[in-house]
Amino acid sequence: MTETPTTVEFTPERLTIAQEMIARYPQGRQKSALLPLLHLAQEQWGWLSPEVMDYVGRMLDIQAIEVYEVATFYTMFHLDPVGKHVIEYCRTGPCCLMGGEEVYDYLKQKLGIQAGQTTPDQQFTLKEVECLAACGMGPVFQIREKYYMHLTRERVDEIIEELSR
Amino acid sequence: MGKKILLEHIDVPGIETYDVYRKQGGYTAVEKALKTMSPDGVVEEVKKAGMRGRGGAGFPMGMKWSFLAKPEGIPRYLVCNADESEPGTFKDHYLMKNIPHLLIEGMIISSYALGANKSFIYVRGELMYVIRILEKAIAEAKAAGFLGKNILGSGYDLELVVHPGGGAYICGEETALLESLEGKRGNPRNKPPFPAVKGLYQCPTVVNNVESIATAGWIVNNGGDAYAAIGIGRSSGTKLISASGHIKKPGVYEIELGVPVEEFIYSDEWCGGIRDGHHLKALVAGGSSVPILPANLITKLANGEPRLMTYESLSDGGFQTGTMLGSGGFIVFDETACVVRNTWNFSRFYHHESCGQCSPCREGTGWMEKVLHRIEYGHGSMHDIDLLVDVSKKIEGNTICPLGDAAAWPVASAIRHFRDEFEWHITNPSEATKPGAVFKGDMALV
Amino acid sequence: MEDIKPQLFKVTIDGIEVEVEPGTTILQAARKIGGDVAPPAMCYYQPLKGSGGKCRACLVRVAAGSGKDPRPMPKLVASCITPVQDGMIVENSTNEQVLTTRKAIVEFLLINHPLDCPVCDQAGECDLQNFAFNHGMATTRYEEERRTFEKQDIGPYIQLHMTRCILCYRCVYTADQITQKRVHGVLGRGDASEISTYIEKAIDNDFSGNVIDVCPVGALTDKTYRFKNRVWFTKPVDAHRDCPTCSGKTTVWYRGDEVIRVTARKNEWNEVTEFICNTCRFEKKKTSDWVIEGPTKISRSSVISANKYRADTIKPDFQKKLAAATYTHVDDERDTSQLGIQQLPPERFAPVLPHANDPEP
Ligand SMILES: Cc1cc2nc3c(=O)[nH]c(=O)nc-3n(C[C@H](O)[C@H](O)[C@H](O)COP(=O)(O)O)c2cc1C
Ligand code: SF4
Ligand code: SF4
Ligand code: SF4
Ligand code: FES
Ligand code: FES
Repeated sequence: MTETPTTVEFTPERLTIAQEMIARYPQGRQKSALLPLLHLAQEQWGWLSPEVMDYVGRMLDIQAIEVYEVATFYTMFHLDPVGKHVIEYCRTGPCCLMGGEEVYDYLKQKLGIQAGQTTPDQQFTLKEVECLAACGMGPVFQIREKYYMHLTRERVDEIIEELSR
Repeated sequence: MGKKILLEHIDVPGIETYDVYRKQGGYTAVEKALKTMSPDGVVEEVKKAGMRGRGGAGFPMGMKWSFLAKPEGIPRYLVCNADESEPGTFKDHYLMKNIPHLLIEGMIISSYALGANKSFIYVRGELMYVIRILEKAIAEAKAAGFLGKNILGSGYDLELVVHPGGGAYICGEETALLESLEGKRGNPRNKPPFPAVKGLYQCPTVVNNVESIATAGWIVNNGGDAYAAIGIGRSSGTKLISASGHIKKPGVYEIELGVPVEEFIYSDEWCGGIRDGHHLKALVAGGSSVPILPANLITKLANGEPRLMTYESLSDGGFQTGTMLGSGGFIVFDETACVVRNTWNFSRFYHHESCGQCSPCREGTGWMEKVLHRIEYGHGSMHDIDLLVDVSKKIEGNTICPLGDAAAWPVASAIRHFRDEFEWHITNPSEATKPGAVFKGDMALV
Repeated sequence: MEDIKPQLFKVTIDGIEVEVEPGTTILQAARKIGGDVAPPAMCYYQPLKGSGGKCRACLVRVAAGSGKDPRPMPKLVASCITPVQDGMIVENSTNEQVLTTRKAIVEFLLINHPLDCPVCDQAGECDLQNFAFNHGMATTRYEEERRTFEKQDIGPYIQLHMTRCILCYRCVYTADQITQKRVHGVLGRGDASEISTYIEKAIDNDFSGNVIDVCPVGALTDKTYRFKNRVWFTKPVDAHRDCPTCSGKTTVWYRGDEVIRVTARKNEWNEVTEFICNTCRFEKKKTSDWVIEGPTKISRSSVISANKYRADTIKPDFQKKLAAATYTHVDDERDTSQLGIQQLPPERFAPVLPHANDPEP
């Protein structure tokens, strides 16, 4: 699933998207496209290796350190290889009130891993995140772009089974 | 039934598409503004409306707009703050996902009023699926001639750019947001200069919340006076409240400002009351940053009058007995909730989200979290309580941006109102650390 | 015609009036008065554009915003980035709240700091040590684990002890503003932020060595500093050479007749006046490389006494005692350095600093 970053180059479709992204910002402000490009890169490679970050830096004509500074500041970027599905679990107060901690314990037990770990079959990586702006529908986790809400043990079983297929 | 301004058409099937939105009267405000009003005329109406920014600080939007510097030959920018990351707040998410065109329409009107030709919507990166919804809506609006060059033949050009964040609460702070939009770390800037003078790319900039901007269409169509007539006094208009926690019906509700808090919690129109068999213990009324209140201070003011859902009434009593409307993140706790655990949880949040630029917040948030963790897990001592109060005081007011205050208030207020619960944790560690154990002192429950 | 001279602003700081040009910050105005009136600054660095505002050590109270609008400012303000207004009244060391807050800032800066001054290369010329002595409190209430990092070489000349870093960003601004390419920066966020190059890239650049001079603490140090020596055993002299890259104006530090290190010259606020190149700094370690101008002249005093930090006399509690020690200002007008303290009569220090072998305070 996740390509190894040996050939560090966007696919042609993504390259077009990347160029469009850069062109959205005013002349001379191409650095603004950094976050969008990092998201695009993470979509292609699954995580951000130093090579990938260097590549993005070259595209924007900025120093590599400027990319590292940004990539390490924001929590959405994976700086290490991750499993096929990254489960980003909301651990913040309102979700906890809705039973978030209990469901979380169940999920950890089910996957047999702790936050920050990946299952041995490389299928799931578990990551703890803060409030996902869906508190009324909690407990919540996110996998890629999809929000899974109103979680219960049963829902967790279903989701994991569905994704394991 | 309260007046609905933003969510009036929320239940119309297909309202997320241009065609349906247009059929419901969408984009008529753009037509009215661009064809019949001057930019200053729009600003004037928004000023009359007295609408206060819905992102948390409550600064009147029209006034903010009139402060924008307008030097010759320098572009001006409008940036919509859709970073929504304050725990307990999920209204912007709801609005953008369900009625994206309401925000687009508001963006066009607001940009026109401010004379911006390129405007940005900064959406938290986690909401990538919402970003795609917005981009689709923008393409539709452009195809219909409401965006691009020479909109409706008025000579006005506008381009909208949706920009994803990367996972950082602090980027909701307006200057951190601008830094982030420039492709940098989300470190808040020292102020002054304020964005109105030097904002995005050092150009004059206005930053407004999604809900604030989305209101502009209604104000243009109905006039500022009509808006000001809704609500009470300086709390004019309607407000989206994100209700969560131990209530029967969590969700996003649009209320006319001025609804009594008690009614909001117990009426079937809104939260529907505390879940069956349980009682109200505490409330965080405006997102995790505002002071927590115990049951006896929630529904009534100190003088016995009912507390209302307005900026003024919620903050009545100051820090002693009041709280704030903030971003409208309404988090309800029943008697099964442990205040110590929640305070630790919030404290961990602020520790995790501090940008780390200034020393009181960088070091102080981590310190408070560790002490609270210690208390929660049965290793606290009595002087830890005073230590927490002292540390929170020393962060508050001494930092670059208000995140420091936001980290300090929940801790200070929880200790002020629930001190016996903290003490119980410290004096009964073996009992307090049992799973699900909660202090059952003689607290007033409602 | 109007007078073309810019009109001066009158500002009162701690009861002393001073006239400064519009646009001057409170801190610069206070420095013009000097002494205790000047607030401490841990992140602001006059030569670096954009620096300041971060550490909050320089917070002061503005009792009157200006002559026109004499309302006080609601919060303490960072004096290093706040411009003065005509008729402004500022309280620094005369205000209780300012002093309490400053104590808190010391405490915050120290909670994740190793407190190993006795073995630290920076001891004796460390802004944080001075700040803690002058403004801190005697004990720390922090019982948690401190964050630690391995020390790390960044290139052949510079060593990074991240544990000591206070994230003032000065080195980042320096690299941005005086070198062509910045290869190091601040990674991570919050109290997990660190100065780094991500994948141990070397900082190599003609002017990279200046990050050592701007660093207020012992986080960035000179690997070519040949004797791990306490600065008070060394003697600085102003010297210059004909350098094709920089001005060649430096301070050369001697021990006996040996050049043990070369640094840029600093003003009385410990700020570099002219940045120097790496060749001057790291490679010219012979007296014959230099034209000596005379002893370095710095009138401001440091708090650190000679001989008290010798590693062989360290006891675990020593740091606590050190923190408890009171400091008397040494106001010596002799032509000597704040750092070549060994030249001062030792009795100036002896009574106020604890000895490592003293009983518990
Ligand atoms: C730490 C912090 C986080 C914030 N987060 C948000 C946010 O997520 N959304 C928002 O609209 N405003 C947020 N704000 C408030 C903004 O700084 C700013 O006041 C607001 O966007 C202005 O818009 P308004 O006047 O329409 O409310 C935050 C402020 C702080 C200090
Ligand atoms: S208060 Fe916290 S978040 Fe705000 S600038 Fe300071 S360290 Fe950053
Ligand atoms: S950096 Fe300064 S305060 Fe820290 S250990 Fe070294 S001398 Fe002491
Ligand atoms: S290494 Fe030194 S100069 Fe750089 S940020 Fe840390 S303390 Fe400041
Ligand atoms: S607390 Fe989980 S989404 Fe807000
Ligand atoms: S010197 Fe002013 S904040 Fe650091």
